[in-house]
Amino acid sequence: MSENRKNAQIHAGAGGSQIPAAGGGDGTGSGGIGGTGGKNVFRRLTERIRGGTLLSSLVCIACGILLGFAVLLLLAIFTPSIPVGEAFRGLGIILGGPFASGRGGDIAFTLGEMLFEATPLMMTGLAVAVAFKNGLFNIGAPGQYLMGIMGSVMVALSFPTDGSNAFLGWILALLTGTLLGVLWGMIPGFFKAFLGVNEVIVCIMTNWIAANVVSWAFKDSVFLNVGGGKTAYTLKTAENGIATPKLGLDRLFPGSNIDMGILIAVAAAVVLYIVINKTTFGYELKACGANREAARYAGMSVRRNIMLSMMISGGLAAMGACLYILNGNIEFAWETYARLPDTGFNGIPVALLATSDPIGVIFSSLFLRYIGKGGYNLAGYTMFNEYVSDLIVALIIYFAGFASFIRMFMPQVAGFFAGLAGRRKKAAGGAVQAGGGTVPDGGPSDPPGGQKAGQAGEADGGPSADGEGGSAK
Amino acid sequence: MIFLIQQTFICTIPLLIVAMAGMFSERSGIINIALDGIMIFGAFGGAVTVYAFIKTGALADSPQLIYIVGMLVSAAAGALFSALLGLAAIRLRSDQTIAGTALNMLAPAVVLLIIKIFFMQDKLVMPTLPGGLSLTFVLIDNDLPGFLQAFFSRAYISTYIVLGLYIALSVLLYKTRFGLRMRACGEHPQAADSAGINVHRMRYAGTLISGALGGLGGFIYITTSAGGTAGGTVAGMGFLAIAIMIFGNWKPVGIALGSFLFGLLRCVGSSYASLDINGDGVFMLKDLGLPMYFYNIIPYAAVLVVLMFTAGKSRAPKAEGIPYDKGMR
Repeated sequence: MSENRKNAQIHAGAGGSQIPAAGGGDGTGSGGIGGTGGKNVFRRLTERIRGGTLLSSLVCIACGILLGFAVLLLLAIFTPSIPVGEAFRGLGIILGGPFASGRGGDIAFTLGEMLFEATPLMMTGLAVAVAFKNGLFNIGAPGQYLMGIMGSVMVALSFPTDGSNAFLGWILALLTGTLLGVLWGMIPGFFKAFLGVNEVIVCIMTNWIAANVVSWAFKDSVFLNVGGGKTAYTLKTAENGIATPKLGLDRLFPGSNIDMGILIAVAAAVVLYIVINKTTFGYELKACGANREAARYAGMSVRRNIMLSMMISGGLAAMGACLYILNGNIEFAWETYARLPDTGFNGIPVALLATSDPIGVIFSSLFLRYIGKGGYNLAGYTMFNEYVSDLIVALIIYFAGFASFIRMFMPQVAGFFAGLAGRRKKAAGGAVQAGGGTVPDGGPSDPPGGQKAGQAGEADGGPSADGEGGSAK
Repeated sequence: MIFLIQQTFICTIPLLIVAMAGMFSERSGIINIALDGIMIFGAFGGAVTVYAFIKTGALADSPQLIYIVGMLVSAAAGALFSALLGLAAIRLRSDQTIAGTALNMLAPAVVLLIIKIFFMQDKLVMPTLPGGLSLTFVLIDNDLPGFLQAFFSRAYISTYIVLGLYIALSVLLYKTRFGLRMRACGEHPQAADSAGINVHRMRYAGTLISGALGGLGGFIYITTSAGGTAGGTVAGMGFLAIAIMIFGNWKPVGIALGSFLFGLLRCVGSSYASLDINGDGVFMLKDLGLPMYFYNIIPYAAVLVVLMFTAGKSRAPKAEGIPYDKGMR
């Protein structure tokens, strides 16, 4: 069974998709939906756990945190100025995220900021995820993000607000920014669909073009805040009366910048989930991602799907930027030509951690900001610094890379958790060990063993004999 | 003019070597999107080495030697870091894009974590030599006449090393048994395996060579064009190098052309204001009155234009990105 799934995945990869993560997510996701007709959420969830998607994500997170802790411990042991206990405190603070300070007001503020910062991250995560679904790697999110900022700031600051129509201006700014992102996403889409140029290279080029275009557009413009001798930032959109409605969320999280943007982002994720999983268009998108040739053979327009997915992707990334900047209280450092915004790139880990599932993106973006806030607290309370959270996230993504490897053991792990003892106990024990970070040696499965045999018997006769063994399985 | 050529070399050399790094791993079948991270890590390794040398006063009278040792350490650091990619992508059959992205995040995190703990700041600036000579300006300076100056004097020693490596690596990939085997693993690993080649070992070799070159490129980048500062970023040079590699069609000649074109345009962009092309005292580009951003955009736009006309001829290694599974023959 697992062998079949793996084969399908590899075939999909050979068919043009370089992102098997999307394919893997699809396999389990669509299976669950097809089986239950969308009625029994609980059953679907348990199926997912059994399928291993959710559980393997959790295993990845656990491994990442453990290894991050190991790094802290090593640093503490080998650095005379850091007591060893500091590593344990550090782990507690990181895991505490925004709650680590323990003071009520501070927690509410940090939580609000966490939700606010998660908003653009969620959108760029969705942007990358929707491209992944179509087998495309949208590394151009930073550029699309910048175009979104440019469009929304310019419209928001030049819109004639006289009180009553401020919300109209807000909508117009949001739409303009999003539209610019759509256009910017269209460029790599066009190159990929009609010229067959690798989207990664075009995305990288458009990123830097956007970075310079934005700086060029803002240079010496009326949108800059030139008061007080500083010129590095644009005016806040609130200065023109345009700001995202707070809907009372600011009373829930006093002092923070939170606004209804987070709700819009969550809504976008839900809409995207429905589009991808419940519509013909979404099906075509996934089909083109899994195997372009098969999709073409089935009568789907691959070009149209590539264009549309890149446009949607660009639009989502830019919309995230708009939701961030239209908060009203944000100054934008407009000299972007030398450095691309991190939020754009961080959409990639968000999407990867969520295995490109839009609903998963909600949680993974929140999780990333949660850990990020933990890192921020870490810098305040211990001798470590905020980069520990980046380290942990990076390790989690690293483990997520071989999630399918971990997932191979999932049936055994699930069996272990369900209390299925007896003759499978031994195998499950090995699997748990593998989940704990000793994957290279702990696994009882065939492929590593076969590989090892192949390496041992390297000589001419070895591989072919091994190949026969492989095909016999 | 001499100034322009000299600057072009500075822009081109790191791109050239890092694009070659990308080529080596991709021709062996491993997508190395982690080049940015590898560069950061290698640059850090080299910078720490130089830091240690200068603080302890060892080799203080031969800065060129310090520079070379720094390069060796940076290559070793890059190879070590890329072993993580090899482990995930080859041994654990991980998705290579995910593993690469993870390493791109891991490198700045580790480097900044360490720099901040031990140096109490967000970046590591390499110290100058006792004589006030900054190590970032270790040039070979043997006063040749006229035009030759640009090529043979006032150049960094790293330039020659990279050019030598470029030739050696091209020969390695195309004229040796090892290179042929490696390319086979990137095109059709099943066939290579049935011919008795150890695919995994070849892919490890490709990834490690890639890591060493990437780390070296990172160190050269920070010493020659980024002011000797190691930190959490190499300004996207790793991704640019990947773009150049794709642009160069995964071939050494294409990569050389691509990085030279890009380096030249980029350096025109960064020095257009002081550029006097025919030496008549008229700064033509400056007099046009266009902003810096325009010239910054040109190299990127030029790559897109060239791609538009050369599209369709691009040929990636067939098996890149697909974990090799013996059972799939």
